[in-house]
Amino acid sequence: MRDWHPAVAAAEPSQKAERDPAAPLFGGVYRERFERILGRYPTKRAALLPVLHLAQEVRGWLAPETMTRVAELLDLTPAQVRAVASFYTMFNLKPVGSYLVQVCTNIACDLCGAGKVLERFLSETGTEPGAISADGRYTVVETECLGACGFATAVLINDRFYESVTPENVPALLAELP
Amino acid sequence: MASAVGAPARRLVTCSIDGRPVTVPEGTTIWEAARQLGIEIPVLCHDPRLRPVGVCRVCVVDVGERVLAAACVRGVADGMKVTTTSEGIERCRKTLTELLLSDYPRESRREATLGDDELLALARRYGIDREAIPLPRGDGRREDLSSPVIAVDHAACILCDRCIRACDEVQHNDVIGRTGKGYGARIAFDLDVPMGESTCVSCGECAAVCPTGALTHKSLGVAIHPRAELRAVDSVCPYCGVGCAVTYYVDLSKNAIAFADGRPSPGNDSRLCVKGRYGFDYAFHPQRLAKPLIRRGEYYPKGPLSGDVRGEGRGARGRKPGGVVDSEEVLPAFREASWDEALDLVARRFLEIRATHGPDALAGFGSAKCSNEEAYVFQKLLRAVFGTNNGDHCTRLCHASSVAALLETIGSGAVTNVYGDVRNADVVLVAGSNTTDNHPVAATFIKDAAARGTKLLVVDSRETGIARHAHHFLRIAPGSDVALYNAWMHVLIEEDLIDHEFVRERTEGFDALKEVARRYPPELAEGICGVPAGRIREVARIFGRARAALIFWGMGISQHTHGTDNARCLISLALLSGSVGRPGTGLHPLRGQNNVQGASDAGLIPMVYPDYQSVEDPAVQRQFEEAWGVALNPKRGLTVVEIMEGALRKTVRGMYILGENPFLSDPNINKVRKALASLDFLVVQDIFLTETAEFADVILPATSFFEKTGTYTNTDRRVQIGRQALEPPGDARLDWTIVCEIARRMGYRMEYRDAEEIFDELTSLAPSYAGLTYRSLEPYGKLWPCPDPETGDGIQILFDDAFPTPSGRAKFVPAEYQPAAELPDDEYPFVLNTGRLLEHWHTGTMTRRARALHAIQPSAFCEMNPEDLEHLGIEPGDLVTLRSRRGSITLRVQASPRTAPGAVFVPFHFREAAANALTNDRLDPYGKIPELKFCAVRVEKALADERLEHASGPS
Repeated sequence: MRDWHPAVAAAEPSQKAERDPAAPLFGGVYRERFERILGRYPTKRAALLPVLHLAQEVRGWLAPETMTRVAELLDLTPAQVRAVASFYTMFNLKPVGSYLVQVCTNIACDLCGAGKVLERFLSETGTEPGAISADGRYTVVETECLGACGFATAVLINDRFYESVTPENVPALLAELP
Repeated sequence: MASAVGAPARRLVTCSIDGRPVTVPEGTTIWEAARQLGIEIPVLCHDPRLRPVGVCRVCVVDVGERVLAAACVRGVADGMKVTTTSEGIERCRKTLTELLLSDYPRESRREATLGDDELLALARRYGIDREAIPLPRGDGRREDLSSPVIAVDHAACILCDRCIRACDEVQHNDVIGRTGKGYGARIAFDLDVPMGESTCVSCGECAAVCPTGALTHKSLGVAIHPRAELRAVDSVCPYCGVGCAVTYYVDLSKNAIAFADGRPSPGNDSRLCVKGRYGFDYAFHPQRLAKPLIRRGEYYPKGPLSGDVRGEGRGARGRKPGGVVDSEEVLPAFREASWDEALDLVARRFLEIRATHGPDALAGFGSAKCSNEEAYVFQKLLRAVFGTNNGDHCTRLCHASSVAALLETIGSGAVTNVYGDVRNADVVLVAGSNTTDNHPVAATFIKDAAARGTKLLVVDSRETGIARHAHHFLRIAPGSDVALYNAWMHVLIEEDLIDHEFVRERTEGFDALKEVARRYPPELAEGICGVPAGRIREVARIFGRARAALIFWGMGISQHTHGTDNARCLISLALLSGSVGRPGTGLHPLRGQNNVQGASDAGLIPMVYPDYQSVEDPAVQRQFEEAWGVALNPKRGLTVVEIMEGALRKTVRGMYILGENPFLSDPNINKVRKALASLDFLVVQDIFLTETAEFADVILPATSFFEKTGTYTNTDRRVQIGRQALEPPGDARLDWTIVCEIARRMGYRMEYRDAEEIFDELTSLAPSYAGLTYRSLEPYGKLWPCPDPETGDGIQILFDDAFPTPSGRAKFVPAEYQPAAELPDDEYPFVLNTGRLLEHWHTGTMTRRARALHAIQPSAFCEMNPEDLEHLGIEPGDLVTLRSRRGSITLRVQASPRTAPGAVFVPFHFREAAANALTNDRLDPYGKIPELKFCAVRVEKALADERLEHASGPS
């Protein structure tokens, strides 16, 4: 077994986004999830945050046309959707690779060598911070505190959480991604 | 402001501000209460027209609590003691100003133009030296100069959100938002695209409310200076029937307008649209006519002079893209003349025609763009001097059918309530009206009501801008209105959702209506309108259950061969539900042009003298004969399209056209071309060389809206004064003086000191205008009728207890569905719909010479559904040729799902692809309005070298 935290086992499996921009935003199973989200709120507009998360799960990022579609679905204006989406760093306003690797570089992780972890991810994937690797698989970014200071360095790959990551176990971690 | 009927009176509270007691309604903010005492509390994020948000904190005051309170959001309370200024408070304000100023750009666009940068004013007040602020500077934020009318400087933005509230909550255009956070937070347009590429409609409200140099008006050729350095002229907007009150700021040294502000009139509450705020510079366009012109002998026999107007496509010169009459091509056919020579010629030729062919061989088109006074003297010239009732104007092409239906059913052609009263309606129906484009400021009131809970029902064949705000939008098949509303009435009767008391006490003819409505179950209407029967029922019920319902309609209702029937149905619907004569109810056909209501009121229609008094009523005739001192013609005159037909048949031989451009505005251009060319004598009086002027014998240079004083009556019946702001160019003369000179030279004395004297004569003959004087029309005009002009605003809601019909009751006039005159078939499979664009107006004579409007919307296009384009193998942006049985035009096509499959939408402003080359001149039998909204066309992909072929003859 790997030496990162067992909480990983409880997390959802890494989600590879569907990237067909021509497909309806919320079709099939996503349609059901969308309707379920709406059902939790008194008004459509109140569902904006979870719906944006869902849209990002489907598309990988929030393209202008995705935000426009979300605005239509929730009776909002594009400007309102953009205002919310641009406020939260968790929403990607430009395309990312199939796997978005977010390395925490806040104080605790930094002291435990997050800089080296970040460097290793970049060298292993052959990318610059925020860019997409040539094979389209990876985008590596720095992120703010992931709330796992006791298990530095913390890394988030799509929805999956990894703790106590060291430069040495980066290759194995990447190799394990489907 | 219209009185807020039914609003409960608020409890009063008393507090003291700086030791002075003040009593205000509960809920009033400290800032407002202080203002009532004349105490100005400085504030950056607030404007009295906006919802307070309290984000800038400059307005903090001491209310005796632990911390200071923001006066703009904090409500006053009984016994509250407010201190608006103290050393501590001022220190707070100074610090806030320093913080904002620390990253402020060195040059403020607002300070450099209007000179009223509110942040810099605070800096001066607190003696802050920007350079001495010991704070780090940001690395600057960018500018966005992509909009043709508004400059954006993000570095000068203090994120006060005024523009966001102005865009979202005043104009309801919802374009501006915020993006990012922290230092990167900025205002953004739509999805943070450049302003010029966003859905911004350039109303300029954001630049009007911005306190800093972040959003400012760009100059339209005349440098913008502080208000105090320019001459302020309180006037009205020259464009649509909303008649917004405007202050123009005139640079006297250049005889030009630098910029415009909205005024707080009940009709527009300081709001303006792109035309009103940025569309004034046509008046000082170099092509203005400045000398009388007489056609040279070698240019007879008459005909069109330019390749465009001849319809032969590309002339030898090759045509210039876009725009306006090519003066160089047309002017050589005319020579300059003195006023005496031109006027003598006009008078002589009209006298000759009258002597040879009789008075009814003469005719005149006045203009809904001219003032009440000009309309009055023009119809007086036709009736008292020419001796004919052949005088009409573009009301015929706009609401003639609505007026015919209204006169027949409720006895009056004017609106029964003002558009602003939509705030008191719980349901509003907008039928066949592209309100956001054609009456943009009236639309803001409708959008505002819809945002506050009024149910907005929109019925249209095209998904117009107002449909986006609708709670229910019914897209009906073109021309199927009668079937839909009959089905609504079927549902209301069947489900007993009618106002029995109103029907019993105030109407007649209900049984006949019931009989017709019975035959239109929603299931039948579904087959005609293409709207599912269930939806028809659902929306009919919403209308039927309304406590107060208001109905607006536009050309989508009126411009059909069954336009009168369409309007009859809407009127019946209102009567059935008791929706007339109470707050929040009414019938409101939105008038298209600034003075279409007034020109009609002043008698510029062939059947009636001023105030709709019939020319066929001997008693009325006697009254006017007495007033004008001549015998009058008792025969009703010809309407617009009938006059053109008369010209073709040579029964009409001489015409005087004042400020209209029938070549482009009238249906079936190929016929109009022949008609205009066959006139023996044509006088065109205008401010520019129009397409129509190419057919003239004499062209008289007139004054533009901005160069004269007169009254204009808006769609609400509000009579307002338009004040002279500019001096006319060259020898151009006031329109009414030209008319009076022609009268004098034809042997009839028509002399007035000024426009005011004409207005007094009009009010003496038009009972609806009785009592109105120029003095009482200050500052925001008056609604007619106005029983107490000294104190009252005029009557807002008409017919609260009786209708002006012989019985005092309104009459139901049922209508049966009938299809349009020309239906699509295999050869011409598409339905053509014509209309207007936000940025342009009528035949483009003015707006295409306004640089901002031209920059935003420079060229002709048509709009089709993407499915149809795909089917035809045509790409958006391709050139297509549209052909009807009457003509063809070539223009670019845009794809838009707003236009239904099977339909083609063409704006009619563009001479180079004139929609009216295609339209059908068949008339509604009652209103005599042509079917401009429906004819059959064919769509073909145009070959590259066909691109310059325009408005050619039938194929």
